[in-house]
Amino acid sequence: MSTSAPSAIVCRGLKKHYGDVRAVDGLDLEVRAGECFGLLGPNGAGKTTTIEILEGLTKPDEGDVVVLGRRWGSQERELRERLGVSLQESRLTEKLTVYETLSLFRSFYARGRDPELLLEDLSLEEKRDARVGKLSGGQRQRLAVACALAGDPELLFLDEPTTGLDPQSRLQLWERIAAYKEAGRTVLLTTHYMEEAERLCERVAVVDHGRIIAQGAPADLIAGLGAPHILELATDPAVGADVFKGVRGLRDPRQRDGRWQLAVASLAEAVPALVDALEGAGAKLVSLSTHRATLEDVFIALTGRELRDE
Amino acid sequence: MSERQHPLVALTRTRLLEFVREPEALFWVFMFPVLMALVLGFAFRDRPPDPIPVGVAAGPPAAELSTALSRAGTVKAAVYPDVAAGLEALRTGKIALLVEDRATLVYHFDPTRPDARLARLEVDDAIQRARGRRDASPAAEALVHEKGSRYIDFLVPGILGLNLMGTGIWGIGFSIVNARLKKTLKLMTATPMRHADYLLAQMLSRFVFLVLEVAVILAFGVAVFGVPIRGSLVVLVLLTFLGALCFGGMGLLVASRARTLEAANGLMNLVMVPMWLLSGVFFSSERFPKAVQPLVQALPLTALNNALRAVMLEGRSAAAIAGEAAIVAAWGLASFAAALKIFRWQ
Ligand SMILES: Nc1ncnc2c1ncn2[C@@H]1O[C@H](COP(=O)(O)OP(=O)(O)OP(=O)(O)O)[C@@H](O)[C@H]1O
Ligand SMILES: [Mg+2]
Repeated sequence: MSTSAPSAIVCRGLKKHYGDVRAVDGLDLEVRAGECFGLLGPNGAGKTTTIEILEGLTKPDEGDVVVLGRRWGSQERELRERLGVSLQESRLTEKLTVYETLSLFRSFYARGRDPELLLEDLSLEEKRDARVGKLSGGQRQRLAVACALAGDPELLFLDEPTTGLDPQSRLQLWERIAAYKEAGRTVLLTTHYMEEAERLCERVAVVDHGRIIAQGAPADLIAGLGAPHILELATDPAVGADVFKGVRGLRDPRQRDGRWQLAVASLAEAVPALVDALEGAGAKLVSLSTHRATLEDVFIALTGRELRDE
Repeated sequence: MSERQHPLVALTRTRLLEFVREPEALFWVFMFPVLMALVLGFAFRDRPPDPIPVGVAAGPPAAELSTALSRAGTVKAAVYPDVAAGLEALRTGKIALLVEDRATLVYHFDPTRPDARLARLEVDDAIQRARGRRDASPAAEALVHEKGSRYIDFLVPGILGLNLMGTGIWGIGFSIVNARLKKTLKLMTATPMRHADYLLAQMLSRFVFLVLEVAVILAFGVAVFGVPIRGSLVVLVLLTFLGALCFGGMGLLVASRARTLEAANGLMNLVMVPMWLLSGVFFSSERFPKAVQPLVQALPLTALNNALRAVMLEGRSAAAIAGEAAIVAAWGLASFAAALKIFRWQ
């Protein structure tokens, strides 16, 4: 690695098996201090298992983990004073109010952030005295992040912080995480959302079947596709991949749900040629759409599968 | 702005808040034992026995007989039109005895029914007196109603012990398994929170409920039934603390590994049901056969109940119940130590 910044997290050769399931299967990772790093992957990729190993909550079968220059196993409390954690599935006690919950978490840390300020940070002032059980999903998730911030941590772990949120709540959380990062702190988050990773993360690792299949800055990964645009089309009658062979600038044809997806370097060049080629094959264009290539397309290009199995 | 609380204080406080915001929990802790004592207390309260229903077969002497019987007060006489109707009432248990007067008095009754034998004596006595019999020597009655020896006096300390066990094991057990299920436990272990603080807070919050719980049950027993507290109140309160500690520890142990509420519930019943039955809550544990006595007496609830009764009813000193107290403490300490060792945090 070329940077001078010290690493917040380094792990090598991480493995964790549950019976026959290889949840994490030889994973190397480095998160630099001060960056926001995203673990990206489909359901069951091993993101939660990985992040919980790094948090010291799960013991790996194999591999070495160094967090803020320390290893798990001794003086854990000192290390935990410097970390903030929000888990994917934990539910906070419903009978307590928002403020009581934050005070409780604040009490666990020697140094930390005032609960009143945490309420402001996550725009929960209005819900200060509401019971946790009465909060909306988005408010609950913001509270979970607030709890993770109670110790004013140097390193923040967030496991799918915005899953299931409406776009506005998501945007609010992104702003909060970005502000936290501005203060020079480090974030490791997992997500299904490409947009989230592209907006928040300096670097991402794409995880699949417990391994990292690509790693780098989102823009670099997308550039690595060699084609900034993705073209999707459907024809009548359906055509074979050979139709696209003759068209310059079209790459990686891929068929999904009866539609073709192609990577395109230059739309201006490729589209007229494509229309000609289809005409020559006697097929009519039923639909045609384009979008800028995203991390989603990176994932599809790497695995042939979609990131979200919805 | 707010000061940081000590984690032990914060944990205890939130546990208490959680509890008082759970109306069902309040009911089970405070109202249930009181209701139980109330129902049992009234069922077994001291009162004159009901008059025994008896029958008189119709005939010329019927009016004279039923007057004599109702004057005696211990039986309640009804007149039946003929012997057959009276026998029918006897067979169906409406009356305990049927009187027929044909030159000799004939008493129809089933001698295997205790109230029938009693009715035979009372009825004969009443009729013979009314017809002029005189006692050979005069007799007077001196009745005994001593407080401290009634069933309700036996029951109240038992219910106190039962409640200490129930709230300790249920209260702590369910709250912990719930926190484990919801992964709040796991989330807390990701903070610098000390594990011992968490477990200790569970026990400490128990002590706060305990003071209320014991006060409610004792005040109720004393005010409503006049149950005596003959020994030192301080010793009694210390004893209940020891009991709460013991069953709190057992609650932690029972909940230390269970991953589901069902599993926890099963374990709790496994621990508690034998003590409900064996530990002398509703009747003396001395009634069990000699062979099982060492086991019965070693149970923490037996020891606690015996000690509570010794202090409340017999006015024993702290020294006199040291043995029982030691058994209760040993169970508590061993359970807490074991729980801390094998506790599953996620
Ligand atoms: N405690 C466990 N016992 C058995 N299998 C497990 C356990 N935890 C995870 N797994 C398995 O390991 C694999 C990885 O799971 P993990 O939760 O790490 O995925 P993920 O990437 O976080 O998925 P998601 O996006 O759905 O949260 C899955 O196949 C899962 O079934
Ligand atoms: Mg996950």
